[in-house]
Amino acid sequence: MKLAIKLAYRNLIGAGLRTWLNVVVLSFSFVVIIWLKGVMSGWDYQAKSDMTKWDIGGGQYWHQAYDPFDPLTLTDSHDSIPKEALSAIRKGDMEPILIVQASIYPQGRMQTIMVKGINPQQTILKLPTKKLDTITEAIPAIIGSMMAKNSKLTIGDMVTLRWRDMHGTFDATDIVITDIFSSNVPAAEISQIYIPLDRLQQMMLLPEAATILTFRNTETDHPQINGWVLKTKKELTQQVDDIIKAKSVGQSILYFVLLLLAMLAIFDTQVLSIFRRQKEIGTYIALGYTRQQVVGLFTIEGSMHAVFAALVSAAYGMPFLAWQAKVGWTMPLDTSEFGMAIAQTLYPVYSLGLVVSTILIVLFTTAIVSYLPSRKIAKMNPTEALRGKLQ
Amino acid sequence: MENNNIITIQNLVKRFPVGKGEFTALNGINLVIGKGEFAGLIGPSGSGKTTLLNIVGSLDMPTEGTVTVLGKSIGTLNTREAARLRKENLGFIFQSYNLLAVHTVFENVEFPLLLLNFSKSERQKMVMDALEWVGLTDKVKSKPPQLSGGQCQRVAIARAMVKKPSLVLADEPTANLDAANSHHILQTMEKLNQELKTTFIFATHDEKVISYLHRKIYLLDGHIDKDERMHHDKKTKP
Repeated sequence: MKLAIKLAYRNLIGAGLRTWLNVVVLSFSFVVIIWLKGVMSGWDYQAKSDMTKWDIGGGQYWHQAYDPFDPLTLTDSHDSIPKEALSAIRKGDMEPILIVQASIYPQGRMQTIMVKGINPQQTILKLPTKKLDTITEAIPAIIGSMMAKNSKLTIGDMVTLRWRDMHGTFDATDIVITDIFSSNVPAAEISQIYIPLDRLQQMMLLPEAATILTFRNTETDHPQINGWVLKTKKELTQQVDDIIKAKSVGQSILYFVLLLLAMLAIFDTQVLSIFRRQKEIGTYIALGYTRQQVVGLFTIEGSMHAVFAALVSAAYGMPFLAWQAKVGWTMPLDTSEFGMAIAQTLYPVYSLGLVVSTILIVLFTTAIVSYLPSRKIAKMNPTEALRGKLQ
Repeated sequence: MENNNIITIQNLVKRFPVGKGEFTALNGINLVIGKGEFAGLIGPSGSGKTTLLNIVGSLDMPTEGTVTVLGKSIGTLNTREAARLRKENLGFIFQSYNLLAVHTVFENVEFPLLLLNFSKSERQKMVMDALEWVGLTDKVKSKPPQLSGGQCQRVAIARAMVKKPSLVLADEPTANLDAANSHHILQTMEKLNQELKTTFIFATHDEKVISYLHRKIYLLDGHIDKDERMHHDKKTKP
């Protein structure tokens, strides 16, 4: 094996440009695959991190009737804050949020929205709720930049809010936009307006009521509360996992094409080698190699392209990947319209597992691609090979 | 006397499939070659000399009969055993040199020693000795494409001789060389035969080679036509 590696190394270095062309193509595949996977990991990390910071905290209790995908359930999906939660709320480790369907009328157009009542002093979510603790002639409200863009609202704008209280009676008041935040989390921004919890409870005639309870700490053991459903952070970020999984399938096609290009070059080189190097193969056998050892030598030679490619990738890929991790990759389109938690600039995250698994996959694929044409050597007649006669 | 025999061939027949029939390349060959001989298989193209050389070199198998080389019956060897016989005991010299083009002269000559797991220092010494025999110590770093035909064949001789094999098989070693180079390499091989007692067997129809042979085995249509032992006299050579 050691000898085969030594000979394969000599043969590859001796082959010069032919080797380096294959190596460069393969190294490009290495870098692009690691980069793309890094971007996906970065997106995954960023999306979950942003969702945690802006929308779901460490997890939530949902009122048993609450279904975020069915606004009709909102009328009944609230209840008094359970006794089991009071202690955590007092400590600031849990925040009740009341969610109500309503309409706003920006510039005379009606727009259906969700009003979320939230404690202005909360510190669990990154929302700038302190801006709700403002004395204004209208109810202070904060909105996300996606909502602001859709509704053409800016800070200081006043807009009419219309809702139905617990008895089904319509009522209306003005709200004033005191802040606009940017979170990259569509669920926290699109058609969402945040106002102080106590004001919304008064408007709805639902004192001490909440729809969801957001808690801070994921690690703490959260007991079952009667009438409320525990939603862990993992469950709440499942959607991100599903989106990334779907995107990964699409990306796999790109990896496949990239690898195919590199493998095609190596396969071509191997096939060509076996035709062009018949005399050499015969000579190896005459000097004492078995045909299987020659197959091994050619397989190692082909596989060594991947080793060289990994080294070349490290030379130019590491600075590139490090630079990308620092400056990120800015999406060419406005990501706020994508409808999913994606930042305008994605910062790739590379793990050791990602790099090692990519190297192993490419090595393994290269070894197979190198071995397949080399098997032909095992059937060669050495005397014909020595004369360089095509077989 | 029996112990001095390096090759014993009895009733050797070799047939090759040709289309739906068979072609008999060797037919009833009986031959004994002793240690230290400088012998040649002589005959026109198609007489079976290369086929016989290939069988002796365990690169091909007999169809019938027995061929014993250094005590090993070629027909019964598996590929691993045949490879071991070649690796440890045989040296090959080919008409078109068959050097590894991307390797240096040193690496080409070193190759058989790598297969035999010699240490680096041993390899260094043995390769330099072999290159000294053929007068190419100044070309260690050159690659075959940078050498003349004569130099390439001298590298091939060095590669065949470096492990000091019992038997060297040379197939038309001068076919691609001019007269001066042919005599040079033949003198080199003759010298090695005398100094190291290595057995040389040539397959040739080149008069220059024939003039150096101590034993001339004439093949015609797959059988031995004539077997002459020469009283060797250097002065008769050109």
